[in-house]
This record gives sequence, C-alpha cells and structure tokens, in this order.
Amino acid sequence: MRKPPLNSNQPVLHLEDVSLGYGDFTVLRNISLTVLPGQVVAMMGGSGSGKTTLLRAATGQLMPRHGTVTLFGQNLSHADRPSLQSLRQRMGVLFQQGALFTDLNVFENVAFPLREHLKLSTKELGQRVLEKLSAVGLRAAAHLKVAEISGGMARRVALARAVVLEPELVLYDEPFAGLDPISLGVTARLIRSLSDRLGCASVVITHDIAESFAIADEVYLVGQGELKAQGTPATLGASPDPYVQQFLRGDADGPVAFDYPVTPAFETWLARTGIQ
Amino acid sequence: MPHANALTRLGQNVRMRLTGLGRFTRFFLMLLQRSGIVLQRPRLVSQQVHFIGNFSLLIIIVSGLFVGFVLGLQGYYTLNRYGSEEALGLLVALSLTRELGPVITALLFAGRAGTSLTAEIGLMKAGEQLAAMEVMAVDPIRRVFVPRFWGGVIAMPILAAVFSMVGIIGGWVVGVLMIGIDTGAFWSQMQNGVDVYKDVLNGAIKSIIFGIAVTLIALYEGWQARPTPEGVARATTRTVVTGSLAVLGLDFLLTALMFST
Repeated sequence: MRKPPLNSNQPVLHLEDVSLGYGDFTVLRNISLTVLPGQVVAMMGGSGSGKTTLLRAATGQLMPRHGTVTLFGQNLSHADRPSLQSLRQRMGVLFQQGALFTDLNVFENVAFPLREHLKLSTKELGQRVLEKLSAVGLRAAAHLKVAEISGGMARRVALARAVVLEPELVLYDEPFAGLDPISLGVTARLIRSLSDRLGCASVVITHDIAESFAIADEVYLVGQGELKAQGTPATLGASPDPYVQQFLRGDADGPVAFDYPVTPAFETWLARTGIQ
Repeated sequence: MPHANALTRLGQNVRMRLTGLGRFTRFFLMLLQRSGIVLQRPRLVSQQVHFIGNFSLLIIIVSGLFVGFVLGLQGYYTLNRYGSEEALGLLVALSLTRELGPVITALLFAGRAGTSLTAEIGLMKAGEQLAAMEVMAVDPIRRVFVPRFWGGVIAMPILAAVFSMVGIIGGWVVGVLMIGIDTGAFWSQMQNGVDVYKDVLNGAIKSIIFGIAVTLIALYEGWQARPTPEGVARATTRTVVTGSLAVLGLDFLLTALMFST
C-alpha cells in the first residue's frame, strides 16, 4: 500500500503563497512553507492565529483561496477524491481534542486505521497496536473505554493512533496541551524519534516554546494573519524582531495585539444590535 | 415595503426547503451508492442490527402487550354488540399486522433508536470523530452511516413482527383468559381470516419503508446537526417530529395503495 519514500530533497508538504479563510474572513494570507522528509517543523502563534486552519489546508479539508498546497508532490486543489484518499493514507493527524472514537476502547481506537487499510493477522495487528501504546506508556490501558481515561491519556492514545500506520508525514495539533511534565517530555521525544528513526516529517502546532524548540529543526511563527518569522530555534531565539521576542518571552506589551481582530461579520452584528 | 419583504421571506423559505430536500435526496443516494460495504463487511451491519434492535426491544414488547390488551377490550366491546366475539382474534391480528404493528413500531423506533442515532452522529461530529475518519482516508458515510442505515432498515420489520406477535398474545390474554372467549374460535378465526400476502406481507413492506424513512431522517439530522450541545438537542427533536410525521404520512399513502379495492 505504501508508496516508496520521497527523495529527501522533495518536500513532503509545500505551501506556496497560500491564503486561507472562512466566509468573509481571511484567516491567513501569503503563507509559504516547506516540510522536508525527516524534518520536525514547529508552527507557533497565538490563540486564533490560524494554526489549525493551516493544518486543515494541509489535510485537504480546506482549499486555499489563493496559492497552492502540494502534498507528496501533488497539488491538493487538483486532487480528486480517490487521490486525496490515497494521499491521506500516507499521513497521520493528531487532532486538538484527540477525536477518539467513543464507541471503541483504547485498543480498537489505535487498531482502527490498521483494520481499515491493511489486512493483518490478529497477532500482527495486536503486536503493532500494543507497540504503539507502549511508546506512549499506555500498553496496560488497552482494554479501557475512552470514557474511562483522562484527557491527557486520551491525547496519548490519539498520538498512538496517528502514528500507527507509520506515516510519511504527521500533523500534530497541540500535542503537548493538557499533558503532565513527564508525558510532555516523553511525547516530545517520541515525535523527534519518529522523524529520526522512520524519516517521517512532522508538523507540530503548539504554544509550548521550550519543548518545541528542543525538538524542532525549523520554526514558523504566524500572527496577525501572516507569517511573521521562520528559522531554526537558535536563529529565532536570537532574532531582534520585537514580535518574535514578545512571543518568546510572553510579554504583555509589544506588537502582538491582544484583541481579536474586527471582522465584517462583527460590524454587521454590532450595527444590527444598535449598541453603537 | 411590507409586501415585498414578505415575498422575499417566502422566496427564501421555499428556496431553503428545496435546498434541504435536495441535500436530503443526495444524502440518500450517497448511502445507496456506498452500500457495497454491507456485502464486504456484513459484521458492521449485524452489529448495528443488534445494537439498534436491542435499544428498542423492551419498549416494543411492553407497548405491544398493552396495545394488545386494549385491542382485546375494545374489540370485544364492539364485536359483542353483534354477537360475533369469536372474531376477536381476527380483529386483533388484522389491526396489528396491517396497521398498528408497523406504525406504532416506527413511531417508537423514531423516539428511541432514531434519537439515539441522531445524538450519536451529532456528538461524533462535535467531537471531530467524523473529520478524524476523513483525514485517516476512511469515508465516514461508508464506514459510519451505511451500516447504521441498513441496520435500522433490517431491524424495523423484525421489531414490527415482535410487536404484532406480543400484541396478539395480549389480545388473547384479555379475550380468552380474562373475558372467556373460546380459545379455539380465537385462533381458528385468525388463521382463516389473515392472508399471508395481503395482510402480513403488506404489513412487512410498510415497516421496511418506515425503516428506510425513519433511519434516513435520524442519520441526516445527525449529519446536519450543528456541532454544539444545542445543535445536537435540536437535531434530536427534529428526528422525532419529522420521523413521526413521515411515518403517518407514508402510512396513509401505502394503505391507500395496498388495501384499496
């Protein structure tokens, strides 16, 4: 089923001058980004800056208004349903809320992609699932129902499910949120080791500066609807850019506006209510 | 310009309803088109038949029994006036197989299994489970909706048969055990008067059509639900209202088609 690995110079994911939005509101504009095989890319930015929107564009759930999104060498705007399906089989996604199937137990959740896409014997399937659950420290929780595990455990199960097919690209939406310090460290090392061991590319959407700087090869900083900065953790750390420094230090004052931007929808609502 | 505004609203309303109808039809065709999974993985459907059937079994049995009791009492009261109380078995059996079995089962199904299907799908949507499936290259229509649809369509006639059977037992308890009608007359009148094709088969066809309608409405409402607690609650209510009205409307049409002479 799996396609041969891409040439290491060929990007796994490439965004060229992409603009994204919903309805009247453009969330991000002029975003260009390249992810190479084996690379860990951290995508950072404040809440509501459009990081998750970017992830939706990479999975083909949201088509760009402008520019091109190229996944494994194929332009997603021109991909039909079957080719989009086969591209998605080569990627794993960790959703912000985990998105575990509540009618299945922990084991079946991780086994789900394997059952759907591969024909494995019960023993082989069991071994692969337990191996991934061991990697996230939840081997002995395999029998539990989703309702019986904590939020942090659910995210670790979702992580095991995202990587169980050993994809060529994994997109992590806030993988460190809600994790205790031990789980956080283990998860960060797991993301790095997947890239080092299997050559899988990783895009990590996160707020966690320390962990992501420790594992990322490249960091992109988005804010105010555009790409603000990019570079290695070292270059970004040393950047004199006030925006970068405010974000890294968490200062209240600086170029980053705390207020949510005014949209046409808000102005229409305000006019209708007659408050102003 | 009150007239122009009213006209605009009417136009918007009509357009919205037509769009909704189109979306509903497209959803139905999509389910049929992707039904191949039923043959490839029949276990997914049998799980749903078991799940959906179990949901409604108790309420169907209890309701069937009470409807049978009432039919026995009311039937005896009317038939006794004409001295033909031996025909009680026939009256109970015909009422149940032709009308009450399929209709009441479908109404109870909409309230019990239908609402739970809508809520389940709505919550899966709210919890990004359907989106997760999609990005795992698993078609949620094929994997989630199709097995539930066929599960509901198969479960409905089985539940209607259980309802009619329990109802007949209820009628027998009241008529024979409590009132004292001759048990031989009760069963032989029923055996002679009920036609397998005209009564039983037509009743079964009705319940299959109700199964299609109610399950389709329940799944569609879940699929269209806004992914919020309020959105799921509204969708669940719409399932009961639309599903029940569809059953009653279809019942009139089907009865007119099947039993008109």
